[in-house]
Amino acid sequence: MTLSQQYCTFYLGDQCFGLDVLRVQEIIRQQAMTCVPLAHRVVRGLINLRGQIVTAIDLRRRLDLPDRAEDCEAINVVVHTDNGAVSLIVDEIGDVVDVTVQPFERPPETLSGPARELVEGVYKLPGKLLLILNPDLAVSIPGN
Amino acid sequence: MSMNNEIVREFLLEAHENLSLLDSDLVILEERPTEKGTLAQVFRTLHSIKGTAGFIGLPKLQAVAHAGESLLSRLRDGELRFNRSIATALLQVVDAMRFMLASIEKSGNEGDGDYTSLIAELDRLRMTGGGEAAGSAAVPESPPPAAPAVPATLVLPPRAFGGVDFPRASEREASEMTMPLPAMPPLPAASAMPRETIQASPPAPPTVDEEPFEPRPTAVADTNIRVDVTLLDKLMTLVGELVLARNQIIRYSASYGDTGFQDAVQRLSLLTTELQESVMKTRMQPIGNVWNKFPRIVRDLAVGCQKKVRFEMEGQETELDKTLIEAIRDPLTHIVRNAVDHGIEPPDVRRERGKPEEGRLRMHAFHEGGKVIIEIQDDGGGIHVERVRERAIQNKIISPQEAALLSHAELLRLILLPGFSTAEKVTQFSGRGVGMDVVRTNIEKIGGTVDLESVEGQGTTIRTKIPLTLAIVPALMVSSAGQRYAIPQVSLVELVRVESEHASTAIESIQGAPVYRLRGNLLPLVDLNEQLGLAIAQRSDRDLNIVVLQAEDRQFGLVVDEIRDTEEIVVKPLQKQLKGLNTFAGATILGDGRVALILHVVGLAERAGVISGVKARSLVQHQTSGEQPADQGESYLIFSGTLGGQMALPLSQVARLEEIPRESMETVGGRQVVQYRGEILPLVDVSRQLDRLSLGSQTVEASARDRVAELPEVAQVVVCGGGNGPVGLVVGQILDVVHARVAGSTEWNRPGVLFTAVVQEKVTEFVDLQSLVR
Repeated sequence: MTLSQQYCTFYLGDQCFGLDVLRVQEIIRQQAMTCVPLAHRVVRGLINLRGQIVTAIDLRRRLDLPDRAEDCEAINVVVHTDNGAVSLIVDEIGDVVDVTVQPFERPPETLSGPARELVEGVYKLPGKLLLILNPDLAVSIPGN
Repeated sequence: MSMNNEIVREFLLEAHENLSLLDSDLVILEERPTEKGTLAQVFRTLHSIKGTAGFIGLPKLQAVAHAGESLLSRLRDGELRFNRSIATALLQVVDAMRFMLASIEKSGNEGDGDYTSLIAELDRLRMTGGGEAAGSAAVPESPPPAAPAVPATLVLPPRAFGGVDFPRASEREASEMTMPLPAMPPLPAASAMPRETIQASPPAPPTVDEEPFEPRPTAVADTNIRVDVTLLDKLMTLVGELVLARNQIIRYSASYGDTGFQDAVQRLSLLTTELQESVMKTRMQPIGNVWNKFPRIVRDLAVGCQKKVRFEMEGQETELDKTLIEAIRDPLTHIVRNAVDHGIEPPDVRRERGKPEEGRLRMHAFHEGGKVIIEIQDDGGGIHVERVRERAIQNKIISPQEAALLSHAELLRLILLPGFSTAEKVTQFSGRGVGMDVVRTNIEKIGGTVDLESVEGQGTTIRTKIPLTLAIVPALMVSSAGQRYAIPQVSLVELVRVESEHASTAIESIQGAPVYRLRGNLLPLVDLNEQLGLAIAQRSDRDLNIVVLQAEDRQFGLVVDEIRDTEEIVVKPLQKQLKGLNTFAGATILGDGRVALILHVVGLAERAGVISGVKARSLVQHQTSGEQPADQGESYLIFSGTLGGQMALPLSQVARLEEIPRESMETVGGRQVVQYRGEILPLVDVSRQLDRLSLGSQTVEASARDRVAELPEVAQVVVCGGGNGPVGLVVGQILDVVHARVAGSTEWNRPGVLFTAVVQEKVTEFVDLQSLVR
């Protein structure tokens, strides 16, 4: 499989994730967030992105990971979708990595939970593993 | 002509487009004479111009177009073959028409150009086909000596014309032939041979127009372009954002003392407002665009029903947003149909009633308070209120008890409920029962309202109020649990503030459900925090803010932490991730850049159980006459009698709960009555009446004076809708409202009691309202 792609990487805790760089519109710092009561818990709220109202999905909650510490400033990774821009809230932003010649592997069978569905593949980077997420599934509401 | 200015303008716009189309099509035909499709299109285009020209009274234009069309029809039928001379002649037609259009636009008439020779040439071509008479192709009479005998020279290579574009060459030339020459801008390079042809060709310069004018481009065509509506939508959104940004700057500017800055802000503010208005205007269309088809509809309907109807329209120029124009088309059609079909009586009936045979139907649109009001008024039979009442009962929309309590206006509003139709016969046109409720739903969907007035025998007026635009709506901002929410103003009825010292007493509870007495009506209260699952603030020591909202037919009070101000908000839809939330209608960006959710009042009411989906639109969900409902149970009002004992009455029979002081009671003809809302309300003491019923006529009737004396200082009265009008039941105390499926026994019955059952660990008599008041 020859994937000549660049991935925008970010972290949830120690785990490194990647999204196709072409699907990432921009990275912004934590924004004033408007909560949406009654919405699914993965929806953190709505942010105003230069006049556009964007839904923010907490990627930790989407992956069933424990919530980040209160004092930890989150980062919005704004992703293009067919339905307008959607923000994914992550802990920390990493580099854009070029993985043209990297070996790509299917996620291990033992991966469980929502990650099994969301993770498209794994890259073995020196010293760490990079989990590639499917952007459309990442911004979707579980169960829908 | 000034009267039809709008029509003429539209004709000009369309004709210019059509003429350009003809130009290119004719050139194609010239090259490929056998293209049937193109020929048919040319024919249609010319035909439509001719039709409209005839319609607005442009005889010359019509004559020229007609001659061209006749020629084309022979071509179309295959009797003639398209050739160059025909093409030239037809292009001359195009140019002649273009010239006339220019004149119409300029002076309002076709000009005094003479086109008889052109028409004669067209006729000649129609007869002969023009193929053989090559020399006379383009220049009907007296081909000039300098003119080449072969038509081919007419389409000389473009270079010869000094840079005139090639496909247009023959056309340009042709146009020059029929255009009045004096006014033509000189074409220096084209002054050679073709020029001579030109000079020779016009029969005589038809008009000598003093001013030089440009025949080709005309003002209407130049000042109108077709724009994609989505682009306008985008502009609208951007302007909305600009308005918000402006508001933000204004807020900041207040903290700066700099006058130069203040001036700049002021100017920005004015410009933004103007820009917003202009952009809004781009989406505005006169309501006449929808109304235009009504005269025909009315005529056809009137003929179909054998009625005479005079249709009047006023205020067609009233403008509103394009999307709204589309949205009101069907509801208005329905109302108009109703008016002709059911409203206006047949001529003989009208004569009997002393009205002119010809009925009058009037549509009137105007602006009022930032909304567009459309009134549809007929002078027909009006709505038979009693029939409405009967039909409502018959269709189980309301119970007879309730029907008795409704006022004239309330009864009229019943026809807006689903499944209602008072027409006595189903006609071809309407009366199938899907009527005004659809109108109402559609109008309410776009944030409008429907009202109706009717005087029996004199006619009906239906009034719809429609917002000017949907993109920007006025909204009330409230806050709850630290977040701000927008409530669209259309759902807002009033604001109520209960001072903290009264809050605990003013809010009563029926089986845990809080209610507030608002001018005698019980207003169910819904706590926004609770509904949204937010932290419930301790409100006991604070003033209570109640926003009274209208959700379909019901009103309810929304309790919020704080009521802020009203703002114009730009409505934005929620993304897919939040589509399932019925409680929010969208979101908006506030002046400070924060996002606020817009509450969906109907959804919220449904969530809180104030209304329940489909059933909600009928006033009462179940029909009751005392019998046990089949499955789902019913709500009962539980009270004690004046002489003790627990009793119950179906809540659906209860209209109101009142406290009536003894001094306001009067005794008339041995009965106690009270003046109640302008009517006389008979009072019945439930306990004593039951005693009397069970003891039969043997008892000596207590004197009326005694009976009044038996009552407490302030009587608790349950106002019920009886079969013969409302009646007040005097009870000891209102205890509760329970919702239950009651399986009672009739073993212990006494007259006036339907059955007995245990409610809240007490034996309770379920009283029969009918026999109590008989």
